[in-house]
Amino acid sequence: MSGVLRLDAATKEYPRTGVALKDVSFEVQKGEFVFLTGASGSGKSTLLKLLSFAERPTRGEVKVSGFSSATLRDGDIPQLRRRLGIVFQDFRLLTDRTVEANIAFALEVTGTPAAAISPKVGRLLTQVGLASKATAMPHELSGGEQQRVAIARALANDPFLLLADEPTGNLDERATRGIVQLLREINALGTAVIMATHDLSLIMRSGYRYIELERGDVLYDGTDARRLARHQ
Amino acid sequence: MRLAIREALLAFRRAPLLSALGITTIAFSLFAFGLFGLVAINIREALRAVEDRVELRAFLVDGATEESMSALLGDIAAFPEVREVGYVSPDSALARSREELSEFRDVFDASVLPGSFEIRLNDDYRDPVAVQSLADRITSYPDIEDVRFGQEWVAKLYRVRTISVFVGTGLGIVFALVAVMIIGSTIRMAVLARAREIEIMRLVGATNGFVRLPFLIEGLLKGALGGLLAAALTWATHTVVSRSLFETVFFTPTQVMIGVLAGAAIGFLGSLLSVGRHLRAVWRDA
Repeated sequence: MSGVLRLDAATKEYPRTGVALKDVSFEVQKGEFVFLTGASGSGKSTLLKLLSFAERPTRGEVKVSGFSSATLRDGDIPQLRRRLGIVFQDFRLLTDRTVEANIAFALEVTGTPAAAISPKVGRLLTQVGLASKATAMPHELSGGEQQRVAIARALANDPFLLLADEPTGNLDERATRGIVQLLREINALGTAVIMATHDLSLIMRSGYRYIELERGDVLYDGTDARRLARHQ
Repeated sequence: MRLAIREALLAFRRAPLLSALGITTIAFSLFAFGLFGLVAINIREALRAVEDRVELRAFLVDGATEESMSALLGDIAAFPEVREVGYVSPDSALARSREELSEFRDVFDASVLPGSFEIRLNDDYRDPVAVQSLADRITSYPDIEDVRFGQEWVAKLYRVRTISVFVGTGLGIVFALVAVMIIGSTIRMAVLARAREIEIMRLVGATNGFVRLPFLIEGLLKGALGGLLAAALTWATHTVVSRSLFETVFFTPTQVMIGVLAGAAIGFLGSLLSVGRHLRAVWRDA
């Protein structure tokens, strides 16, 4: 197995709020599914920002698919982002465009040839189970459906890694199960997934590896679900 | 590029009210500047007309010979300050005086009035110092009895002109700064309204240049349209004033073009600056 990302003693310090992550090191393999958990303010979001190169570590190194935080120039960050999918709790769809236009947008702005866009959007919508909602506006969809659109958009450029920041945080239990199922399917097709969540039962049921953060430290990195049962 | 233009035009279509408001705001701030400019160039024009009347009169001594007079005439005409010089003979001076002061018609006699040169000045030599220095030079000729010009009047006129240049430049800078600030914040609002779009573009890996382009086009278009509208409003004002109150001068086509281009440039720069801010920002926390 080969690593898709590696953190080497990555530390992130903010001038005003102090250390958000300290000396975090771990590796994620190709096609792996990893949960990221911890209380609010434990550093989950900071970690995802480092992985998407929205921010750079203050010390240490972040390496994602051969792109290193130590050497990557700002101008090359878009090249990395095209190989990442990013999903947020609040979906971040363009509310003034249809579902298919939202997905097409990701392809257009990365220079996909016009002729290839429409078939690709169709395939993505089918993959996330929304083929019948192509022309709907985002506000006409349920939360779970909106998140599916966001996931379809994240998959548009065939990412090798999907970063999901509390993707089920705004969803009810049924929608949550659906989204997690969708992420597992995507993972089964070879895309590594890193999902931040508060929902410990989700992690326990999956049996997947999870990394628990506490005040910027890695508290635990492994698959032992019984630990979490004690937490609850 | 095609996509960028499409996105820029789409922005107008999606938010027609905001776009119209933006263009109108830009137009009115440039219009205010245009009106100020119109007043300024008309004051300058009026002052120039008055300055045109600054002239010297050099009175000749009695019995100056024809040759020495024409030599003198050539000398005076050759001074850089002098635009034109003409000889007024005692007879024509008499005729003029009789005409202007008809009640003294009988008092005048050609022999009372000396012959003189009427000297008109070039544009750049109408300040008190230059006029005085020319007068001194001319007085030094033996054939010249005296040189007269409205000394106080020239000094006053010069003061008015200096003040109007200073006040005009100062006010012009203030008006221009206000226009830049208003246009800047209008453009910033338009960019802010689409902050989400910018964020998503960056999220999916659009290059910075690609994210910027539609906004730059939009800013440029808004600025240029606002500029054109302002030019039209200023022209309309000029026409109304010219027809109903008094004749005014308007900007030259080049000046109008510069104004419109300045509007486009401010729109462009405003967009560049405010998009740049969003390009540096990190993701919002969910």
